[in-house]
Amino acid sequence: MTTLEPYVWSNLVAGVLLLAFLGLARLVRGQRLWREAMGELWGRRRLAILVVALYTLIALLDSVAWKGGVPDGTVGVLPGAPLTLIDRLFLDTQEASYSAPFADIEFYGGNPLRIPGAHPFGTDILGRDVLYMSLKGARVALLIGGLTSLIAIPLALFFGVGAGYFGGRFDDFVFFLISTLASMPGILLLIALIMAMGRGTLSVCIALAVTGWVGFCRISRAETLKLRELDYITAARALGVSELRIVYRHILPNLAHLIVITFVLMFSGLVLSEAVLSWLGIGVDGSWGQMIDGARDELSREPIIWWNIGAAGSVLFVLILAVNAVGDAVRDVLDPRTLRGGK
Amino acid sequence: MSTLLTVRDLRTAFPSTDGPLPVVDGVSFDLSRGEVLALVGESGSGKSMTALSILRLVPKPGRVVAGEVKLAGEDLLLRSVSEMRRVRGHRIAMIFQEPMTCLNPVVRVGQQVVEAIRLHEDITTADARARTRELFAEVGIPDPDARLDAFPHQLSGGLKQRVIIAMALSTRPEILIADEPTTALDVTVQAQILSLLRELQQRRDTAILLITHDLGIVNELADRIAVMYAGRLVEVAAREALLSSPLHPYTQGLLRSIPALATRGEPLPEIEGVVPPPDQWPKGCRFSTRCTLRFEPCADRFPQEIHPSPGRRVWCHEVERSAGAGVEEGRS
Repeated sequence: MTTLEPYVWSNLVAGVLLLAFLGLARLVRGQRLWREAMGELWGRRRLAILVVALYTLIALLDSVAWKGGVPDGTVGVLPGAPLTLIDRLFLDTQEASYSAPFADIEFYGGNPLRIPGAHPFGTDILGRDVLYMSLKGARVALLIGGLTSLIAIPLALFFGVGAGYFGGRFDDFVFFLISTLASMPGILLLIALIMAMGRGTLSVCIALAVTGWVGFCRISRAETLKLRELDYITAARALGVSELRIVYRHILPNLAHLIVITFVLMFSGLVLSEAVLSWLGIGVDGSWGQMIDGARDELSREPIIWWNIGAAGSVLFVLILAVNAVGDAVRDVLDPRTLRGGK
Repeated sequence: MSTLLTVRDLRTAFPSTDGPLPVVDGVSFDLSRGEVLALVGESGSGKSMTALSILRLVPKPGRVVAGEVKLAGEDLLLRSVSEMRRVRGHRIAMIFQEPMTCLNPVVRVGQQVVEAIRLHEDITTADARARTRELFAEVGIPDPDARLDAFPHQLSGGLKQRVIIAMALSTRPEILIADEPTTALDVTVQAQILSLLRELQQRRDTAILLITHDLGIVNELADRIAVMYAGRLVEVAAREALLSSPLHPYTQGLLRSIPALATRGEPLPEIEGVVPPPDQWPKGCRFSTRCTLRFEPCADRFPQEIHPSPGRRVWCHEVERSAGAGVEEGRS
């Protein structure tokens, strides 16, 4: 068996995500509780949801890649390299160097623009289209947010629910872990972990997950402590249900709303953390953080090059704002403590 | 009637800074097949703890420290945890006080009963679902097909208690422990649930250990009554005997304080004070701090078990003295 090339993986992941989304949508439609919650969410935060959906769509388009279909010798394309849909939309847009947004003619070393007026966000120092780079960043951002949550939340649930339900030694152990992690400066731990594992998307995600699971672990532990004392747990025990099955069948489903809320709220924080890491030079290639980091020095040029950092900052800002707005509404809709008015 | 459950000298304690603190302190009784035994007492007398001790479900850090609980001759206290799990729900089922919180809010009620059945029996989901439907009809849930797919919050308290009863009876247990099954319900619903319990008990010949503080319910349902006070039994007798001629001063006090039996226009007689907490239980008779008939041995010495008549047990110095006097008078 030969190992799959990265772009095939990327295609597979895009496909799996699409299927997972369809499956989840079916599940939600089948459960009245969730269907109503989602309906209310849609009613409250239509714009934010659409924005998040747009980013997701762009990220998915940027994940579907194949080889070929491009004439040899196209500028900026390695022969035989797989290209994504977004790449193909922006083929042959490289300029000689900077151009301002919508500029008709600019000269660098005597060369006028090859494609005047076609760069709505301008180009960067190497002449790459800023809009193209901003769109490419969406995939990286969603990958970081999604993959990290996917690592951190199960980790937090395992320790949190285990500690809350079984208590005793395991609880002590988990609290030891939590206090140890909490006593180390997060950013230093992040840097150390990434350096130890080697730079790369996966190691950044793992490092962010390892430093980010503590909060949800506390929440799920506390919630489990509460649920454990409820009558239906005692009733389940009186029916002869085993402890593991009680956790799986009675504790976890009752934590579902917390999992969804945490996922959404954690997501935006993680995307921002990546930007910080990029600024320190250990981020993920192609992220908005790297764009911002690269554009830092250009702010001091004369005339000022603002569109580069402006574009990256804006797309980051809009995504975070939209995700936070959705997250807020998700909490209002799902958390039983923030009571909705009677219907 | 053959004896199904034998409880002997059951002691359950919680650790405290002054050593283990007993909450059930030497309780003994028998339960026969098809019999309804009511365990009666005020709040804090240890009724629920007795029930939980039988199933070995005493909340931590409490534990059963001594005694035996024999189900058809086998001591449950010596069983392994996994063996115990097969007894729970299968041979001894329990229903709890609060129907509102005894069902998992995020799982459909039909599904919960199906899972309870499949836990102890090797049958398909479809068969279990068919059985659940029958059970729902049997416990008087209207439109059982629709209710199978309802969530707990869509059912009223009475319906929820019926679902819980259906779940408890789903595996045909020999013993049903009902811990205040109607306390949280409306009076009209209470009557319905009680007649349902009696009907099911007669049809299936299930033994019921009924835990309650409501003597009205006892009168409806019980064959025998055990009165409990501060972790100990004070009087055990058949229903008619106990209700018509209570011997123990505590039982007498309980019966006097039923509003329906009191004289109109006079203040309702009450038993002064409250059940003392376990760390303040007196050395002698537990009721001695509140008893109006108290005399000199009461505070120092436990009364012995005496049998005034067949099948009747009572623990009281006063009863012992008058019975003894009666015997002496008979001799002279």
